[in-house]
Amino acid sequence: MKILVPLKRVPDPDTKIRVRADGSAIETDGVKYTVNPFDAIALEEALRLREQSGTVEILVISIGTAVCQEQLRAGLAMGADRALLIRHDGETDSLGIAKILAELVRRERPDLILMGKQAIDDDSNQTGQMLAGLLGVGQATFISRLTIAPGSGRATCCRETDSGLETVTVSLPAVVTTDLRLNEPRYVTALGIMKAKKKPLEEIDAASLGVDIRSRTHVTRLTRPKGRSAGVRVRTVDELLQKLREEARVI
Amino acid sequence: MTHMTPPKLLVIAESERDGLKLVTLAAVGCARQVAEATGGRFDILVIGAPVQAAVDALQGYGAANIFVAEAKELAVPTADNYAHVIVDVARMHGATMLTAAASTFSKDILPRVAALLDAGMLSDVTAVVPVGDEYTFDRVMYAGNVIAAVTLDGPVKVFTVRASAFPAAEKSGGQSPVVPIAVDRASLPNRIETHDRVATPSGRPDATEARVVVSGGRAIKNAADFERLVGGLADVLGAAVGSSRALVDAGITPNTLQIGQTGKAVAPELYIGLGISGAIQHLAGMKDSKVIVAINQDSEAPIFEIADYGLVGDVYAVVPELIGKLKLS
Repeated sequence: MKILVPLKRVPDPDTKIRVRADGSAIETDGVKYTVNPFDAIALEEALRLREQSGTVEILVISIGTAVCQEQLRAGLAMGADRALLIRHDGETDSLGIAKILAELVRRERPDLILMGKQAIDDDSNQTGQMLAGLLGVGQATFISRLTIAPGSGRATCCRETDSGLETVTVSLPAVVTTDLRLNEPRYVTALGIMKAKKKPLEEIDAASLGVDIRSRTHVTRLTRPKGRSAGVRVRTVDELLQKLREEARVI
Repeated sequence: MTHMTPPKLLVIAESERDGLKLVTLAAVGCARQVAEATGGRFDILVIGAPVQAAVDALQGYGAANIFVAEAKELAVPTADNYAHVIVDVARMHGATMLTAAASTFSKDILPRVAALLDAGMLSDVTAVVPVGDEYTFDRVMYAGNVIAAVTLDGPVKVFTVRASAFPAAEKSGGQSPVVPIAVDRASLPNRIETHDRVATPSGRPDATEARVVVSGGRAIKNAADFERLVGGLADVLGAAVGSSRALVDAGITPNTLQIGQTGKAVAPELYIGLGISGAIQHLAGMKDSKVIVAINQDSEAPIFEIADYGLVGDVYAVVPELIGKLKLS
């Protein structure tokens, strides 16, 4: 079985994000980058499938400039077999990324595309679903459990929805996107980092794929949301109840 | 001022067997706002089986049409079949904007629709501003740290709206014509097979629809305490319950309760955070609440910086007292 796992380079979730004074972009000075946490969960799940059933090849893909090699090396250090960097510099949106991934799926023919449900930078939560639509394959989004019986050609997934849990089965190939509770990704070991240096990392120019990836979305201005300031401290439950009843009038 | 081409909006309703999901009304509210500002019109599409209760609940909001795609194959929403129907209806009626309230339902289905229509999409939109023949959309990014103004190219635009940012539509009277959509069963992709759907039983309102939300964080040590403290306070207030990611990660609460960047966004009249420190990822999902109360033992917890009323104290002592006094009144 072959599994494709896209890894997006995003600011570390603990980084404080600041908007540049002119509103053109976020301040990137001093920002640490990491693999999108949901993508790391996807890769972890692929590694576990390999540990269970043996013959699984895991390909990690990133789209962007040369700096994304860092996230691909991290993926290789976690245990992926090979990496592919699609070189692209400029505006992108989920649909453009999905089109690139669709072309790579046609070339690589994976049985499963395992991806994060959303990237924690733009918080769009679109690419996996778009990819499934472009490929005309099944999708299972926001999953917290994945079972693939060997040789069945089917994936059974538990999805986390607003109202509860839903179990679905999709025939492979399919796109599956991960939610938080699927697993806890492993740490990269020193040995993993050593091994990663010898693993193949291929680069392809996005323009050479023959895919129209013009972004349909254009960010024109970034602003900081209106701040909320601290209110008052109350000392007792009685004082709190009095404020909520007489001042805020919410209970 | 350039001439505005009036948009044809299509709102995708979210319905269950027992009727309409109320978040739909936020999308209807947004669509009506855009239609009124531009001289456009909006239609609503209801998919499922049975759908009568949802269709009835959507009367009186001023939709030009309520399209109804009813078929037993559509009783449970699956992204491929629903996307297929939505794309058909959008093409047939020349929809130029498709929208729905942001929820796991629309997040699953609408990006697939956008890809099939070769349309750009924006998620969690908080404002739509017509500018000449085009629009500027506001949406939040980076865990609520940044508001982006975004434009969307192309003849068809797809977006989900953050329900907390749009007031639910109010009834203005009048009946919208109900137009049945013929579903070609043989053409449905049927690539996703649903076995079972287990609603998390709570007997409490949904956090995205409730007037009051009581939410628990790291200070809550186990599921029984969560139920006793967070659930107990919620019940005396008729409130919904919510949870920080810390408790979801610890297996104490189900993900359905998670409020924040990767969970639900809520904006109730009153939000009470119990033992929640206030990580930026959590604040992203609740900081638009009207009144915020924080109870936390750590007086330095960041949640106090945005709380209207802060009480420094151990939730295990404070909350039982609070529940007791509310019960007395």
